[in-house]
Amino acid sequence: MTQSPPRTPLLEAEDLHTWFELRRFGFVRIGHVRAVDGVDFALYPGESAAFVGESGCGKSTLARTLLGLHPPTRGQVRIEGHPLPPRMGRKARLEHCARIGFVQQDPYGALPPFMSIRQILSEPLRIHGTTSRNERFARIDKALTEVNLRPAADFLPKFPHMLSGGQQQRVVIARALLLAPALLIADEPVSMLDASVRVEVLRLLRSVQRERQLSLAFITHDLSTVRHFADRIFVMYAGKIVESAPVDALLDTPHHPYTRALIDAIADVDADNALSERAIPAGEPPSLVHPPTGCRFHPRCPEFMAGICDVQVPTMQPVAHQHAAACHLYDKPKEP
Amino acid sequence: MSIVPAATPPLLQVSDLSLHYQTRQGEARAVDGVSFALQPNEAMVVLGESGCGKSSLARALLRLLPRNVAHYSGAVHFEGRDLMPLGEEDFRATVRWQRMSMVMQAAMNALNPVVRVREQVAEPLRIHSKWSREKALARVGETFGLVGLAPDVLDRYPFELSGGMRQRVVLAMALVTAPPLVILDEPTSALDVLTQAAIMNVLKRIKREQDISFILITHDVATSSEIADRVALMYAGQIVECSPARDFFHAPRHPYAQLLMASVPRLRQPEAPGAIPGTPPSLLALPAGCRFADRCPQRFARCDQPPPTFHVDGSTVRCWRFAPEGAP
Repeated sequence: MTQSPPRTPLLEAEDLHTWFELRRFGFVRIGHVRAVDGVDFALYPGESAAFVGESGCGKSTLARTLLGLHPPTRGQVRIEGHPLPPRMGRKARLEHCARIGFVQQDPYGALPPFMSIRQILSEPLRIHGTTSRNERFARIDKALTEVNLRPAADFLPKFPHMLSGGQQQRVVIARALLLAPALLIADEPVSMLDASVRVEVLRLLRSVQRERQLSLAFITHDLSTVRHFADRIFVMYAGKIVESAPVDALLDTPHHPYTRALIDAIADVDADNALSERAIPAGEPPSLVHPPTGCRFHPRCPEFMAGICDVQVPTMQPVAHQHAAACHLYDKPKEP
Repeated sequence: MSIVPAATPPLLQVSDLSLHYQTRQGEARAVDGVSFALQPNEAMVVLGESGCGKSSLARALLRLLPRNVAHYSGAVHFEGRDLMPLGEEDFRATVRWQRMSMVMQAAMNALNPVVRVREQVAEPLRIHSKWSREKALARVGETFGLVGLAPDVLDRYPFELSGGMRQRVVLAMALVTAPPLVILDEPTSALDVLTQAAIMNVLKRIKREQDISFILITHDVATSSEIADRVALMYAGQIVECSPARDFFHAPRHPYAQLLMASVPRLRQPEAPGAIPGTPPSLLALPAGCRFADRCPQRFARCDQPPPTFHVDGSTVRCWRFAPEGAP
């Protein structure tokens, strides 16, 4: 009897914390913003995972920590089993950059306005040692064709302002793909684009991810698009992952009360929506400087259990196949 | 023979409104012959992609015009009065913010950071209505209740408030003079899902409790369905379809409306959303015929001529397919 060997995750986070120090007058330490506060997950090769949460839940900081832009305060990021060193030298940084492609949120800000598309796309290749001009141009041509900017030659001499928002975001994606990374991190890749362009760009990301067998970490606040563009969802709230499941399981049978509230708040187009108000948990996401004790959702939670939720920090509990939630509703009853 | 119910006169009747801008590359026809009517206590949603002229339409109604206006014409009848002949001072004193106010796009980020929010919200009353400070602040307190803000927010500064609270402050600023019409330009687009839903709840409640009409300008079809009585879809400076919400959301007529509705991602549906091929035409060089023809899957010979607006069962559609003589 043989078993397939357990796959190594491409990207792993273990007990990851990214805190920012708060100082008064520049030197008196007065606390921390706990932007990422104990995150564990694993992303396998060829898997597309969406990190969903409201603004201020730490999802963008998580992306930046995975990219190595913020050193983690505690915990570890591992890529292909190798831990990311806290301080990277030039060589380690270059290797790291070539393994991860980054798709920024705002294409208008991510593309330097004074550089042509050819210059923008040449830069990463030049820095990573592709010295031959012809080879650089051949790779740029291939990347532009892959993101459907055809014929590529028409786009090369243009400057970013001459392109539409959707085309600019395609250039950003082409740039992220140039060094043939194994992992793509996309931080709200379509939130600055028009509704009709969004679907096109998401489809492109999905098809590139499937063709190249990339892992994709896709950060978003919009649950309504994830079903078609991700395999797995991690729901974040106040710096922690509160629920993780395959897309359909999470959207069809959400377990955590916060996930339920998030799904209930989303309207699917229907004229009847105007007839009734939506039930929304009161309050606002908590401060990350002084997060609530126990479960961070307890002040807003409709299922709040006094003496438990405000005291004990919930841990991720399996609730179904590949489906886990951090909520005391799913704690196993203690053995008598 | 049927008995036609006595129609209430519309609150706002816009006919053939145009607003063109002078740019270095030529004249941009941002609003190009827009006509519609808005009933009292009705919420009309103006949908469209960026650059279709929907924000310019709002500016044209409130006459908040930039300096490079090349052409501004048409008729705007509001509360039975023709607004176009009014001089700027008359318009400012009797219409803008008195009878018609607006929540600007991203206004929540434009609050003055060094002035307490109650003073900022009281400003329209103090300046437009010449109220005393005490009277104005009392009214601000009432308006805060209306938009669901706790009284202790009154004394705070904008930076102490969350995005959702600041958006409510801006909404209070538009409601404080109790105008019968409020124009909302993308009031929820910068907010989180839960906050968006909360703001839409506030708008619904205000519309139910007060005799107020809304024009909601947005590109977000799903959110717009939370409040819409009627939907006007804009494309390249024109309204291409204006229909009751039920018809628009469930059986859109214009080919662009059909593609747009199919492109809306839906959480509870297994089908993947579609995409609309191509890009809208530049407002500087609009095609002579139908402006959507280049992207239209249902194009036929007549589309080379500009389509007039056809009336079909309570809707207006700017598409040759709805000509009385029929389509091929």
